[in-house]
Amino acid sequence: MVPAELRYTKDHEWVRVEGVDAIVGITAYAADQLGDVVFVELPAIGRTVEQAKAFGVVESVKAVSDLYAPLSGEVTAINEQLASRPELVNGDPFGEGWMVSLRIADPAELDGLLDAAAYDDLIAAG
Amino acid sequence: MTYGPHTDADRARMRAALGIESVDELFADIPLAQRAGGLDLPPPEPESVLVERLRELAARNRVDLASFLGAGVQVHHAPPVVDQMLLRGEWYTAYTPYQPEVSQGTLQSIYEYESLIAELYDLDVVSASHYDGASASAEAALMACRATDRQRVLVSRGVHPHHRETTATYGSGAGLEVVEIPLEAEGEAAGTTDLPALERLLADGGPVAGILAAQPNVLGLLEPMAALAAAAHAAGALFVAVAEPVSLAVLRPPGAYGADIAAGEGQALGIAPQYGGPYLGILACTDSLVRQLPGRLVGMTRDLDGERAFVMTLQAREQHIRREKAASNICTNQALLALAASVWLAALGPHGLRDVAALGAARAASLEAALAAVGAPRPHRGPYLNEFAIRVPNAREVHHRLLERGILAGIPLADLLPDEPSLADCLLVCATEVTRPEDIDLFASALGEEIGR
Repeated sequence: MVPAELRYTKDHEWVRVEGVDAIVGITAYAADQLGDVVFVELPAIGRTVEQAKAFGVVESVKAVSDLYAPLSGEVTAINEQLASRPELVNGDPFGEGWMVSLRIADPAELDGLLDAAAYDDLIAAG
Repeated sequence: MTYGPHTDADRARMRAALGIESVDELFADIPLAQRAGGLDLPPPEPESVLVERLRELAARNRVDLASFLGAGVQVHHAPPVVDQMLLRGEWYTAYTPYQPEVSQGTLQSIYEYESLIAELYDLDVVSASHYDGASASAEAALMACRATDRQRVLVSRGVHPHHRETTATYGSGAGLEVVEIPLEAEGEAAGTTDLPALERLLADGGPVAGILAAQPNVLGLLEPMAALAAAAHAAGALFVAVAEPVSLAVLRPPGAYGADIAAGEGQALGIAPQYGGPYLGILACTDSLVRQLPGRLVGMTRDLDGERAFVMTLQAREQHIRREKAASNICTNQALLALAASVWLAALGPHGLRDVAALGAARAASLEAALAAVGAPRPHRGPYLNEFAIRVPNAREVHHRLLERGILAGIPLADLLPDEPSLADCLLVCATEVTRPEDIDLFASALGEEIGR
């Protein structure tokens, strides 16, 4: 069971709403599928990202995958720790492995995201 | 005997699976007029006759000319050890070792190439390798755009026109805006990148991803690379130095003046002009850009037994893993030529390379003096290394007449740089360490006669 308080995308990103901001990362399922993460490329602070568009890249020993923005908004913070400790994505995907914080542009976009149960169904279905 | 592995039955099964009657249906999208017809070949000839005919054809090449042609290519002496190494069968293998653990020799040769070039360019990482200097320059422009998330690239007109055209071609596919920076028309800095014009281009228009400038530039002149790099960085752009490798034995390397990326034509590293290619594209960058760097990277490590071993590293950027999102899908490794460059550099060593660069510059200086004495002065005042322009009345006509006298007097700038009308009556000439003093005398006296006619 994934954390109940988060929202999810079918591309395996999670969102935690904190006031006007949304913290974004990838799920434990995504991190497991990727294998050992060796590099995370994150956008510059201040950049505006658009829902469902690529905003960064996560690289593991066996694959490179784009990160898709679960919501539109301006990047207000990035997880600087990942530059030197990309393994946090595997070790604590829902916590210390977070990636960016977005200033939510359109709260209505949240309604289109999956809740924990729906995301559990998605990964159970493979 | 047929070399195709498929039987008629195989082909019939494939056609059935595809639901087609004939293989021609697969080419239906190509207009008939564009398709290759049958090859119109003469009947076979006995080997002895064929060899004789090829000899006659080869004899039409003028290899007896006193050549002063550069324009992006430089002839240097290659010790026989270079060709002898290339003849070894071990090197005739896959140019990318996709099964790296059993390709240690190939990997080591790539590692040596990358290490030598990194030292020469004073940058952290080098990829092996690219088609030529033009494609390496274009890849550098694309790297700058990916790294900065910007779409506008400024390219000095001092960059070789082939490099500029290739950059524009790559850029058009990627949706980039490629803008040319003019050269200074007159004054001390004539023929080098126009810095005030660059400042105006940076101030107007969209944010700039990168600035490309060449050292030496296409006119042979030395560019103010540190000032260009500073202008790029002040605008949040990356600086790409298109640097000629042999010159780096005597000039400051790209890493020393703040270049983020360096590209270069590697032909000068002991590779014969060979009709314009194949050549060797050099591409290097700082550590922070390594994931934007297209091409193979080889690293040195230890295996399970603690023995030295070589590995392909950071492959996730590459096309065989990242497919359409690879750092590049138009790159290859000119493995044999990278090897030739490595052997050449290793055979010469740092002192030998400095001698080659210094002797070439000395020969070019005597060429300048000899040509000026017969009435063909330089139009530019700035320093050069091997190559420079000279003003010659009726340049193209004189060039033609000198060719009839066995002298290849460089290239008319009207042909190389048709967009620079102020240089239309100029020839671009080049000398290296292999330029013979007697050929310089021959060129000067013949040119004097032609000008005096």
